[in-house]
Amino acid sequence: MAAITEPGLASEAAPAAASVPRRGLNLARYRDLSLVPVLLVLALIGFIVSPAFLTSANLLGVAQQSTELSLLVLGEALILVVGKMDLSLESTIGVAPVIAMWLVLPSHGGRFQGLGALPTWTAIPVCLLVGALIGAVNGFLILKLRLNGFIVTLGALTMLRGLQVAISQGQSIVEVPNSFLYLGETSWLGAPAAVWICLLLFAVGGAALAWLRHGRALYAIGGNAEAARTAGIRVDRITWTVLIIGSVLAAFAGVLYTGHYGSVSADQGSGWIFQVFAATVIGGVSLNGGKGTLFGALTGVLTLQLVVNVMTLAGVPPLWNQFLNGLIIIVALIISRYASGEKQE
Amino acid sequence: MADTAQAPAAQAVATVPVVEAAGITKRFGATVALRDAKIAIDPGESHALVGRNGAGKSTLVSVLTGIQQPDTGTLSFSGKPAPAFGDTDAWRSRVACVYQRSTVIGGLTVAENLFLNRQSEGGFRPIRWKALRARAEALLAEYGVDVSPTARIADLTVEQRQFVEIARALSFGARFIILDEPTAKLDARGIERLFTKLRGLQEQGVAFLFISHHLQEVYELCTRVTVYRDARHILTAPVEGLGHDALVEAMTGESSAADPVVAAAASRRRTVGSQPVLEVRGLTLPGVYTDLSLTVQAGEVVGLAGATASGNVQLGETVAGLHRPRAGRLAVRGRTVRLGDIPAALAAGIGFVPEDRHLQGLVPERSVAENATLTVTDQLGPFGTVLPSRTRDFARRMIEDLDIKTPDAATPVSALSGGNQQKVVVARALATEPELVVAIRPTNGVDIKSKEFLLGRFRRHAEQGRAALIVSDELDDLRTCDRVVTMFHGRIAAEYPAGWTDEQLVAAMEGIAGTEHPTQPRPTDPTDPTDATETEHEHDPKGPRHGGHH
Repeated sequence: MAAITEPGLASEAAPAAASVPRRGLNLARYRDLSLVPVLLVLALIGFIVSPAFLTSANLLGVAQQSTELSLLVLGEALILVVGKMDLSLESTIGVAPVIAMWLVLPSHGGRFQGLGALPTWTAIPVCLLVGALIGAVNGFLILKLRLNGFIVTLGALTMLRGLQVAISQGQSIVEVPNSFLYLGETSWLGAPAAVWICLLLFAVGGAALAWLRHGRALYAIGGNAEAARTAGIRVDRITWTVLIIGSVLAAFAGVLYTGHYGSVSADQGSGWIFQVFAATVIGGVSLNGGKGTLFGALTGVLTLQLVVNVMTLAGVPPLWNQFLNGLIIIVALIISRYASGEKQE
Repeated sequence: MADTAQAPAAQAVATVPVVEAAGITKRFGATVALRDAKIAIDPGESHALVGRNGAGKSTLVSVLTGIQQPDTGTLSFSGKPAPAFGDTDAWRSRVACVYQRSTVIGGLTVAENLFLNRQSEGGFRPIRWKALRARAEALLAEYGVDVSPTARIADLTVEQRQFVEIARALSFGARFIILDEPTAKLDARGIERLFTKLRGLQEQGVAFLFISHHLQEVYELCTRVTVYRDARHILTAPVEGLGHDALVEAMTGESSAADPVVAAAASRRRTVGSQPVLEVRGLTLPGVYTDLSLTVQAGEVVGLAGATASGNVQLGETVAGLHRPRAGRLAVRGRTVRLGDIPAALAAGIGFVPEDRHLQGLVPERSVAENATLTVTDQLGPFGTVLPSRTRDFARRMIEDLDIKTPDAATPVSALSGGNQQKVVVARALATEPELVVAIRPTNGVDIKSKEFLLGRFRRHAEQGRAALIVSDELDDLRTCDRVVTMFHGRIAAEYPAGWTDEQLVAAMEGIAGTEHPTQPRPTDPTDPTDATETEHEHDPKGPRHGGHH
């Protein structure tokens, strides 16, 4: 973003810097844009294979389908930039709405027996609160007890999925609060509300990462936590906040998803975390922290979704989708490895 | 030599020291890291702090920068008491430290690193990048640092990175900067430029505390020097008029007149075999060492001495195949060994005792037997099998040979004492019956008895017509060697036959080997270094070691 600018000419007293080929340097700086040409190529292929591709109905459909995944990616990208990892996002997207609905749905009359403990309008706030709580607990375990983040969130992934199954008794819940349905189904200015909200959240997040001190602190912490600490950055507090934001975004993705499909299935979000990581990493966010932008992560999501869309339009049997999804991840990684010239560990 | 602090008799009357610490004591559990230590530095002064490892230098730095609280003692900056513990901003406006370990963030630009966490006035005010770059440019210009503010830190040289760190430190308003071994990673020209910069800053009234293992640099840069030894302040004196010998004496605590070193090794002149065990010709590992040549004859124990950044450890590791040098040739008993290839080095008959037994030497949860036989698994059974019975037998022999105190061969290595763990590492190195055993700091963290035993074991190894190369900066390790080659900044500085004095050797390691020493100059002239040139881009001597993680 703003930090990405043309490097000035290396000075006279900078022999090593001067010897770095400028071309390689520039490419490395535009690593976050490396999927843009891929997207254009995909669009071109789509245009060639089917006249239905370049219609607003199709493109809006792709955008709508991208929203839930992109919110998870937004959260995961922030968490990865700060140098952590959260696998449990894929369970949060299911368990948060289920808990919210359990608390607000009436205890009789419907197929699903809720508690009816809270008024219906609280469904969305409660859902987000559940997300925040999950993030806070993860943060506590990782930052205060100093447990391994990968395993902690792996445990949380399994545990929260189990919690959801237990509460919903393994059934899909089809009575969905109206506020969920509204967000999932309304259109604003000709596009689904979810798409607008996602774009807004990405814009806000991207701006914060580029122009706010606290946003820049994520890069500092992910790049060198010790150096960030000596610079006076409150490393643990910020990391904790980021983990909470990530889980809240996942919970919100749950709201959109539930509202869009009008139900919560017991396996909502199951297996998504692979796609989330794939989209984030091919979008240029480093698994080691300190690198990447939200714009890059967004292009990662769009790439994965467009591939599936183009293949469907081209008449490739859906049975091949999984294979192609995996292939595109590996190809995208190879491209970005050589585009940036940096080793990925 | 008592407290001969004849410090600031004249100056202190006129000026208030920019920092003054007195009576500082700091304990960590049972160990005393600092005992009643003191230091005082005047404005605009460049003050050196020297001492051998464990003298308490780094603890003093932690105390002076507010990272650790002393148990007792007083600390004041410019006459005012030190800020409250934990008040980071207040500490930073008084004192800054440029650590050996870089505290800038590689992925971010110079401008952003300079103003990290203060890019904008408030947390929720947007950063104005143009203004930030302009501020960075002004700051860099003020201190004459010739670096573009938009460059990424990762693309800078070590030296430029240090300049950025110094500029950042000054930008907090500190007029007192601690430099912890700033020259360790610099080459000669970089050091020269750093010194020029420091002198310029000194003229602007900035005071430095300069910590270095290289006494020559102390003489070049500093006006006064403080020596610490064994957690105590030994002396503070003007550098001018303090002879090298007196300085080294203060560091080592041995007077130069006394102590004719037990020249036990000197008597052992042996018949030189036709083929040297190890022949190194013109080895160059860029940025670490240059054009090194070294010969080790059969029956010899050779010491390779040098301070932290001298490159001696890397040379030892190169011989064992851990690094691939850019140029040069390495031969064992006349047969050329492929460079940078650990299995080839093992096959050629080089046994290796790595520097850090925890990181490179041992698999802690596995048994003594498994660890000791890690290098010889091919001899423990037919067709690639490893037979437990043979492993046990082999391990028992090694346990006996090296007098390893362990309840059983099956005991996990992590249960042994440090000395016995190290013996297991040595056993592993000797298990292949190597022609040459390369041992890096072999007695590091080892008790005195095991130390003597290990050094004696290397001697026995050599007496069997083989040889040992001991890479160390510990005088005790080097004393048992037939001769000691010292390195300084990647080159061989001097060579001493057994019978050297501590002062001579320390002086050589610190880079002030004068001509008055009975040195034999460079041993043999290197053969043409171009004959076995290998170009290899992948090596990274400072990166994670790729050997010994079995």
